[in-house]
Amino acid sequence: MLGYYLRLALLSFRRNPGLTALMVVAIGVGIGVCVVSLTVFHTMSGNPIWWKSDRLFAVTMDSWDANIPADPERPQLPPDQLTYRDATYLHRSGIPQRSVIMYRSGGVVSVPGGADPRPRPATARVTTRDFFAMFEVPFKYGGTWNTAADESLEPVIVLTDPMNQKLFGGENSVGRTLRWNDREFRVIGVTAPWEARPRYYDLNNGHFDPPEDVFIPWGAAIALDLDSAGSTNCWKSEDLSTREAFLNSECVWIQMWVELPDAESRARMQSYMDAYWAQQRAGGRFPRPRNNRLTNVDQWLVDQRVVSNDNRVLVGLAFAFLAVCLINTVGLLLAKFLNAAPIAGIRRALGASRRALFAQHFIEVGVVAAAGALLGLGLGALGLYAVRILYTSENPNRAGYEALGHFDVVSILWAAALAVIAAVAAGLYPAWRIGRVEPAVYLKNQ
Amino acid sequence: MLDMQHISKVYRSDLVETHALRDFSLTVHAGEFVAVTGPSGSGKTTFLNVAGLLETFHTGRYLLDGSDVSKLSDDERSRLRNEKIGFIFQGFNLIPDLDIYDNVDVPLRYRRMNRAERHERITSALELVGLASRMHHMPSQLSGGQQQRAAIARALAGDPKFLLADEPTGNLDSLMARQVLDLLEQINEMGTTIIMVTHDLELARRAHRNVHIVDGQISDFRAYEPLPEAVAAAGTIGR
Repeated sequence: MLGYYLRLALLSFRRNPGLTALMVVAIGVGIGVCVVSLTVFHTMSGNPIWWKSDRLFAVTMDSWDANIPADPERPQLPPDQLTYRDATYLHRSGIPQRSVIMYRSGGVVSVPGGADPRPRPATARVTTRDFFAMFEVPFKYGGTWNTAADESLEPVIVLTDPMNQKLFGGENSVGRTLRWNDREFRVIGVTAPWEARPRYYDLNNGHFDPPEDVFIPWGAAIALDLDSAGSTNCWKSEDLSTREAFLNSECVWIQMWVELPDAESRARMQSYMDAYWAQQRAGGRFPRPRNNRLTNVDQWLVDQRVVSNDNRVLVGLAFAFLAVCLINTVGLLLAKFLNAAPIAGIRRALGASRRALFAQHFIEVGVVAAAGALLGLGLGALGLYAVRILYTSENPNRAGYEALGHFDVVSILWAAALAVIAAVAAGLYPAWRIGRVEPAVYLKNQ
Repeated sequence: MLDMQHISKVYRSDLVETHALRDFSLTVHAGEFVAVTGPSGSGKTTFLNVAGLLETFHTGRYLLDGSDVSKLSDDERSRLRNEKIGFIFQGFNLIPDLDIYDNVDVPLRYRRMNRAERHERITSALELVGLASRMHHMPSQLSGGQQQRAAIARALAGDPKFLLADEPTGNLDSLMARQVLDLLEQINEMGTTIIMVTHDLELARRAHRNVHIVDGQISDFRAYEPLPEAVAAAGTIGR
């Protein structure tokens, strides 16, 4: 009977094309708005490493001014980065299974003797060797550096896949040499395509920015005085004229993450931080109350406002809008179905049960909802494109927001789920109502 | 056999209570052609709707071909209506956006017959009423008489035991009315029981017996006379 009911649905649409189009548009616009807001919300709020969420922790300590918190709007939170000396000290604790300290840098890269030897600007993530294992960055060629490269100058470098495409045409470049600023580095690894959205491990330069172009070992970066091109925040009036002074300052600019596999290691790390805090406080640092935190990824995304309240409100408004669209659709369906009640009466007289009529009309609503979902997906795609334009209009280099311009599986699942919700919400009552018509009334009036 | 005993049907509104049928008893035997007459508002159509399971009744007992319909669910009543009853209406009641073939197909769809069997029944019913060549016409492309014949084909396609006709010639001119009545008589001779509501006493006289309803009660009827053996033994159509 499904095929028969589908055919009747199409006939019904032909009978009232304007009304049908109105319903499809109403559902489509509602679903489109919801899909846009949900996709943006999902992209922004998704934990890209949820399977390790309970093992990965951002390390923060409140080293800020005694009188003014790092974020006056949220005084309970410590700064989201560490000073150089705190980070390097904690990194040597030996407690975590893995520990990573890092910052963003920038420079100029070229391939001497390459097909295109022109220098080009590039971004770098200065980090320690565990970065790739901790954040599960896959390698296409080669691998990470050894532990010694975290401590001393070893001119090795890891390229991302896009940078390897640009510099070496995508071939296996392990062993090749490139020039970073005025220094030659040997390529020891090329990562496979990888991107964390949001870029939870460093949210300072755009939540959805792509990864940096290259990865430089911590030892080399410190030895070569590679400056931070990321976020650096200072509160204390102190001498920053030399590199040495900057490294010993209270400026925060280092991100630190640790992998702590169990409660025991977490407790040990927390104690280690607290003991360090007490020792430093005794020496005159850390003027604020103790606030040393190990924050898991989920909480980190909340603390760093990756998903703003505006987004949540928008999702709520989108659903409210969908509800309004569905209420209108219920009215239109009721009008349409009851207008055709005499035909339903004839079908009842010819042997259709209430259940059969309900099924017939509910399938008709289902087709309308499916058409609405398709339209909604189209409108959603346009909406997401508009969002992307809106986000990137101020800064065309915010390439990470391109993700918002594309559907993912979740968006399509949302559209399908919303179509089902729309069909049930809008169609249940009209389909039930038409099943209850008294056929005798309409047969007499035909 | 259709057997109603002491049936009552009341329509209630906030202000008025209308007794459409009161203590209504009637038995129609297999193969009969019964004409139901009566003034407007006497309860003829209500009787036909109750008989056709389109409306429920309040008190009494109604056995349709041995089934006590008051105990049936909506699904069971619908199935019984689909399998045992064919309707013919004054206004034809064809579905306007289906062609004649698909209109005749409607009751068969609810019986979940396969395509081949449905096709055979539809074509033989349309041949019987002389509309085989118009099967893909839309109702609006047919004359009133042709539409009524299409409606009769639809009623007959399911091979019902009972044909309930509500003023089947009311919208037709006298020539077409005569043709439709001839067709009904032919169908009755093939063994289908027919109950026809009509205002037209001349048409009613062509039935085996007349039942006259006034104020929801039978005021007069001709007693049932068994049919001649030859007619009773006649086959049914559509097989």
